[in-house]
Amino acid sequence: MMGLSFDVAHLLAGGLVLVSFMLLYQTRLYALLNVFALQAVVLSLSVAWQAYVEDAGHLYLTAVIAFTLKAIVVPYALHRIIAQLGIHRDVENVVGVGPTMLAGLALVALSEVVMLRIASEADVLAREDLAFALSVVLLGMLMMVVRRNAVSMVVGFMSLENGLILAATGAKGMPLVVEVSVAFSVLVALVVIGVFLVRISERFETVDAHALDRFSGDRR
Amino acid sequence: MALIVDLVFQLLQMTLVIAVAPLLTGIVRATKSRLLRRRGPSLIQPYRDLIRLARKEAVVADSASWLFRFVPYLVFAATWVAAALVPTFATGLLFSWSADLIAIIALLGSARFFLALAGLDVGTSFGGLGSSREALFGALAEPAMIVIVFTLALVAGSTQLSTVAAYMASSFVGLRVSLGMALVALIIVALAENGRVPVDNPATHLELTMVHEAMILEYSGRHLAVIELAAMLKLVLYVSLIMCVFAPWGLAIADASVADRLLGAFLYLAKLAVAGVALGVFETSIAKMRVFRVPDFVGAALMLGFLGALLLFVSRTLK
Repeated sequence: MMGLSFDVAHLLAGGLVLVSFMLLYQTRLYALLNVFALQAVVLSLSVAWQAYVEDAGHLYLTAVIAFTLKAIVVPYALHRIIAQLGIHRDVENVVGVGPTMLAGLALVALSEVVMLRIASEADVLAREDLAFALSVVLLGMLMMVVRRNAVSMVVGFMSLENGLILAATGAKGMPLVVEVSVAFSVLVALVVIGVFLVRISERFETVDAHALDRFSGDRR
Repeated sequence: MALIVDLVFQLLQMTLVIAVAPLLTGIVRATKSRLLRRRGPSLIQPYRDLIRLARKEAVVADSASWLFRFVPYLVFAATWVAAALVPTFATGLLFSWSADLIAIIALLGSARFFLALAGLDVGTSFGGLGSSREALFGALAEPAMIVIVFTLALVAGSTQLSTVAAYMASSFVGLRVSLGMALVALIIVALAENGRVPVDNPATHLELTMVHEAMILEYSGRHLAVIELAAMLKLVLYVSLIMCVFAPWGLAIADASVADRLLGAFLYLAKLAVAGVALGVFETSIAKMRVFRVPDFVGAALMLGFLGALLLFVSRTLK
């Protein structure tokens, strides 16, 4: 049983890292949202498996929250925003796909080395979850750095939060209150970001973040 | 006595791969025609094509050097030796202990090198174009292949294909995400190496984006027949490689009885037919990529291989 439970947890957490790479690889906005929804599904499966293994009821609730919010509500809302603003569909990367992938691999390697060093005493499953969660967080940050389109930056931010949930479930029981408040703060963030997107596109007629550079003070 | 039996089976394996190679290509072509609602050529048409080419006169360009005439045989020999090293229906055949997976990659790499040289040799623009593209794709596909081998070696503890196949057939393997990534990466590499549809179109002679056909455009007669056979053999090699690592059911493990090995051979042929149909379906359902998107596609294989090895590294050090 231990072998199988470890293997499935490894499979799901590794799948989450893989989906993060798919997010980095994807260059079209609607497909990006679909991949993001897929990541949320994988995340909720992973959390549900953790709940089954540890026999912890509240983790099932975490999985359900992650599924409804991340896999249904957020992608749907972003779909609406894209459709309403009529955003140009192709995403423009600041750097090319190849260097982005290499940077992502370097980040995964970095997070694994770090976790193997600092969590060498921890439980096998928890340590691996932490290593993968840190990779997902770093890949989300990388996504926010390499994209110019504000919508895909939002997706990067949300996938970063997916990594946090994975880390929290690996660490044996985050209190449910924290879990619920994190979920709702993400929703609030979505609302705020939505308002921002509308304002940006009204003002500059684009959601390309480079348009904002002209208004940052210290340049030129 | 045992040595003689082993030798007989090794020779049998080498004849088998070369005998079924045109058939596999025929199966893929027939599947594609059927899916396009054409009747298509019969399954043995590739054999007839090869015989027809072999009978024809070989015309060599005035500007061709001696290299041009030698390359077809070099390419064919390297591919055949590499195919002899892959366990098709039984592991632990006589030759398989003399070289491992890395040697197979090296053999295929040298075959590619000589073919690219021959494309440049005549000095036509098409040949040079094909050679430069082949070099571009190879520069990405070969590292990806090496990384996949690295992943497999981390799992099975050996780069020896017979050992890897025996390990995969045993029940120690378990469920591993890294193996799934390695499988997808290996399929991408196989598509790129064999010039199948998303990367290159094997069914065309007159297209600006062709790669393999552009390199061999100047060949004719028996030279062309040998090169075509080598390309078919390469397809069989990659299909066998994928099957012996990721679907080793029915593979006769070393020291198996003669009956087991014969059964393994029949199962191998059946698996080969299934793989041919699957390849035909896949090729029909997908469009060819722009040449400049191919590095992204093959780069994805490299990335998957690396990621698989990294994930594996973590779970190995944990135990």
